[in-house]
Amino acid sequence: MAGATLQRRLIWRPARVTRRLDEGPRAKTLVLEVPGWPGHEPGQHVDVRLTAPDGYQAQRSYSIASPPEDHEQVSITVERIDTGEVSPYLTDTLMEGDSLELRGPIGGYFVWSTEMSGPLFLIAGGSGICPLMAMIRHRAARGSRVPTRLLYSARSLEDIIYSHELEQLAGRGYGLEVFYTLTRIQPPGWRGYSRRIDRAMLEVAGFAPAQHPLCMVCGPTPLVEAVANALVELGNPPDRVKTERFGPTGG
Amino acid sequence: MSPAPFQGRPRDRASADRLPPGQYLTRDFPVLSAGPTPRTALADWTFSLTGEVDQPRRWTWEEFRKLPSETITRDIHCVTKWSKLDTVWEGVSVDALLKGVNSSARYAMAFSDGGYTTNIPLEDLTGGKAWVIFAFGGASLVPEHGGPARLLVPHLYFWKSAKWVRGLRLMAEDEPGFWEMYGYHMYGDPWREQRYSGD
Repeated sequence: MAGATLQRRLIWRPARVTRRLDEGPRAKTLVLEVPGWPGHEPGQHVDVRLTAPDGYQAQRSYSIASPPEDHEQVSITVERIDTGEVSPYLTDTLMEGDSLELRGPIGGYFVWSTEMSGPLFLIAGGSGICPLMAMIRHRAARGSRVPTRLLYSARSLEDIIYSHELEQLAGRGYGLEVFYTLTRIQPPGWRGYSRRIDRAMLEVAGFAPAQHPLCMVCGPTPLVEAVANALVELGNPPDRVKTERFGPTGG
Repeated sequence: MSPAPFQGRPRDRASADRLPPGQYLTRDFPVLSAGPTPRTALADWTFSLTGEVDQPRRWTWEEFRKLPSETITRDIHCVTKWSKLDTVWEGVSVDALLKGVNSSARYAMAFSDGGYTTNIPLEDLTGGKAWVIFAFGGASLVPEHGGPARLLVPHLYFWKSAKWVRGLRLMAEDEPGFWEMYGYHMYGDPWREQRYSGD
């Protein structure tokens, strides 16, 4: 038997909402207390399960946005999909003190930790920032100075999730640089990019392929397809480009 | 104070018996892959049978497309919770590819461009249960959905239906593929909700 398959069973665990944080007009962070949480690698996700009074259950996957250093506090950031079945309940109805069930951590390919080499190029579209934020927070918690660049595409300034924290972390001067592009609405005097991520932007914001960066791309499928293809065209080996696509189905 | 209960969508009885536990219906076709979409020119494409076989076999794209093909309509179920009903595919059955092959193997490892692999028992690939697909919804399979060719094993979670498939390695013993090594289930039956190791 291959040892790699002998993994612990993923049990459903009760998780209590200890804090709800507004993240712009459409997203909320839920900080969950999960007794017995076994820990995770930055980039992994959880499955969340909700049960209706008649026994009907719905499950969705959410990336973990918190670093493993938060121990039994696991946070997820949920973008409200108006027509979704699960996300409006999580963003609007579930209050501090309420509980849900979750299990994890799940996944293990789209991960980065400080033991892995850099430089690290993170590319996010919308709520695709969430698993990348776990990496950025983990990097900060460990005092790592691995050269790291984040290129983050959002619709408007107010849609940027974790903006204050990103600004603060980038301001420390520990080798984290953050670039934004706003694709729909730019505030007056905006000095960042204002178009969809393209090859030229990746070339300026990213590292030269000769530096052998690890590129992690997360966002909606069209963005991930375009970015991953462009990174390979620029000369990055496909196995240094890891992707996580958010389907358009929402939840 | 007790929280407002989760209600969920109105239950749809017609589709409910076609939805495995924990799944929801989608009309889109989401894309999930771990890396960039590989692009292989048809002139360079081959499909191989390797491993525990009397003699390895290999088809070029032209040879592969001359094999008898069929149109298949099936429901598909992704481990990320979406299901899609009545998807229409065109492809060559694995039975047709294994015709005349002598092997005592009980498992197969599908392998793909980009390095992806996934393991499947041979009895789940034979007897009209699996195909190597070249068209979806009446059109050539696009690269994002695994083109030029992908495996289709619709009775298992969709990660078993390897995109960009280039062959099958027949094996005497079961071995974990790409996602299986990261803790996904070795078999992956959606009706028994075998998402992860130990389910």
